[in-house]
Amino acid sequence: MLILDHLWIIPLLPLLGAAVNGLFGLKWPNKAVNTVALSSTGISFVCALEAVREFLTYVAPTGQIFRKEFFDWMVAGNFRAGFDLQMDQLTVVMVLVVTGVGFLIHIYSTGYMAHEGGYYRFFAYLNLFMFFMLILVLAANYVLLFVGWEGVGLSSYLLIGFYFLRKSAADAGKKAFIVNRIGDFGFMLGMFLLFRTFKTLDFNTLFTAVHDANLPHEGWGVFGTFTVACLLLFMGACGKSAQLPLYVWLPDAMEGPTPVSALIHAATMVTAGVYVVARSHLLFEHSETALVVVATVGCATALFAATIGLVQTDIKKVLAYSTVSQLGYMFLACGVGAFGAGIFHLMTHAFFKALLFLAAGSVIHAMGGEQDMRRMGGLSKKIKVTYWTMLIATLAIAGAPLFAGFFSKDAILFSAFTVGGNGGHVLYAVGLLTALLTSFYMFRLIFLTFHGKQRYDEHHVHVHESPWTMLGPLVILAVLSIFGGWFALPSFFGGADSFANFLAPVFAARGEVEGLSEAAAHTLELALAGVAVLTATVGFFVAFWLYLRQPGKPEQLAKSLRGIYTTLYNKYYVDELYAAALVRPLVWLSDNVLWKIIDVEAIDGTVNGIAHGATAVGDTVRHTQSGNTRSYAVWVVVGALAIIIIIFWPALHPVLGTVTK
Amino acid sequence: MVPTQYYLILSAILFGLGAVAFVVKRNIITIFMSIELMLNAVNLAFVAFSQAKGKLDGQVFVLFVIVVAAAEAAVGLGIIILTARNRRSLNIERVDLLKL
Repeated sequence: MLILDHLWIIPLLPLLGAAVNGLFGLKWPNKAVNTVALSSTGISFVCALEAVREFLTYVAPTGQIFRKEFFDWMVAGNFRAGFDLQMDQLTVVMVLVVTGVGFLIHIYSTGYMAHEGGYYRFFAYLNLFMFFMLILVLAANYVLLFVGWEGVGLSSYLLIGFYFLRKSAADAGKKAFIVNRIGDFGFMLGMFLLFRTFKTLDFNTLFTAVHDANLPHEGWGVFGTFTVACLLLFMGACGKSAQLPLYVWLPDAMEGPTPVSALIHAATMVTAGVYVVARSHLLFEHSETALVVVATVGCATALFAATIGLVQTDIKKVLAYSTVSQLGYMFLACGVGAFGAGIFHLMTHAFFKALLFLAAGSVIHAMGGEQDMRRMGGLSKKIKVTYWTMLIATLAIAGAPLFAGFFSKDAILFSAFTVGGNGGHVLYAVGLLTALLTSFYMFRLIFLTFHGKQRYDEHHVHVHESPWTMLGPLVILAVLSIFGGWFALPSFFGGADSFANFLAPVFAARGEVEGLSEAAAHTLELALAGVAVLTATVGFFVAFWLYLRQPGKPEQLAKSLRGIYTTLYNKYYVDELYAAALVRPLVWLSDNVLWKIIDVEAIDGTVNGIAHGATAVGDTVRHTQSGNTRSYAVWVVVGALAIIIIIFWPALHPVLGTVTK
Repeated sequence: MVPTQYYLILSAILFGLGAVAFVVKRNIITIFMSIELMLNAVNLAFVAFSQAKGKLDGQVFVLFVIVVAAAEAAVGLGIIILTARNRRSLNIERVDLLKL
């Protein structure tokens, strides 16, 4: 087991690439920077493939997970956090997605960023991100996972603010960082609680302990250790994976270069929250409340973000809200206990959403930096490869049959429907509505961008297809968007649902649906799939009718539904609400209390006061240095007397006492 | 034999006189002499204790003090002579270069 025993090499290579490019890249030509960045991620990807092969050949058949402790990092009392890496089936999926999609996006970036300043900086950051993301998914304990967790946050901040001379970009970076801090606060508290309860943060030990102890499940409304710990962890996941109410940073994160949006803010980093929930599934399964919260938040976010996505005009903003919405889907799956379906959607989403962003980047590239869809249109003839790949990704996300998104979305909707009770049906209904909206806004994007009348000035914009360094990754991702779902052909299509079986050692295979025979379950799944396809088709036709048949209609509609339209267009005024409720009071508090009172008055006041006091004392005392030798002599005598009195005071006391008496 | 406290009282009186003269007098030579007076008051106390305790330590100390005092007198008188030459005066009030 060549690579598996040296698993550290997979994350280390991108770190080396980041270090080399970051330290020496400034003076290097783009080609040299490319070589370092691409080879580090490329070799890392190859190593990941080999490690996965070794894992599946030697370790997986034994039913074990691969786990290795490389060195101790922190040891204090009975607390140990080591640089321990592990590989199980869940890690396999994540590592391949991260290195594979990451490598493709690196290739794409060499074309996209070719004419940008700070070329070496961009790749140094991107490689740094790869390093932290790999640490995150390979970590074998919560502490090391948290290192990756914070590290990807840092890289995300650096890359969102890549064009830091633009104030909006710098602000967006800060916003992302600060909003994530709120979530991380919860994540840390969750870790502390877990450590206090179980005395370990190591995945293997912790989950085995939880599993073996056979602790009672905490029902609805019971706030025991599991519920509180899970809710705290989920708070961190909400921040990282942009769920209500902490999603606000993700749309703003589109200020970063498009490959960054594709890699970090669509395919990998934002799914870290889903990964953590899936990784901690044994804890979540012990708490009904936590699961219901996860499902509800996910479901609500999915619908909420989808509605905003309906009216956005910036091509990347639409995709950003779509990402938030799809992440909601993944949490919905986790919340109903279908962790496998959630991870499956995570994977297919990584393919098609990365593709959508990269294709959008190609469109922006073609339009010379234009992002507003109202100033596009009719591009399908001019940039054919981009058009076809983007169409494939759209079909995949909308859930067209046999595309990747179709299987993963159906798996989630089916799980929600069969979870039982009215709650499940509500979740299903909202999920279905979201699917409808998704289909609508994605085809709206396609029609506005690629079809209809040309709405840009041909004299100013020279539309041109992107170079092959950019189109190559698009084509590969398009292939994955079509076939990526076939790993999980559900059994009614004749497949063995191999994805769920593959993840079974981690999540325990989904059992029979209660009260349904296998055949009935298959019929139900088929029926639900039919409904979903129908819904997606409705979305398609509405978009088709509104944006191609009746181009004037959307504006009329916007006018007649002015209230709803402006609310959606302004994103439900959530940013304004946060600004009014949180940001401005905090700024006021900082300004008037923390700064003007605490800092200026109390802290500076104390320091300056001591200094002024010393000056004043010195000013007074210096007059005793008169230069008059006799006065010095007096001081010597007085001092000697004082010392004598102090030394002999205990002896003198009774003498004086008797005198006074 | 004279009791020790008599010596000590005499020593204290001499020391007190020396200290007062040290502070009050203006003539540098007088001040110098008052310092010698204090030193010798201390010597007297040492010798008295030496006699009372029957040990030689105090007398050894006195010899040391006399030696140091002799050295000090040599240096001190040198300083006084220089001061007198430079200032044409032996008034301590006029030696005030250490003023701030």
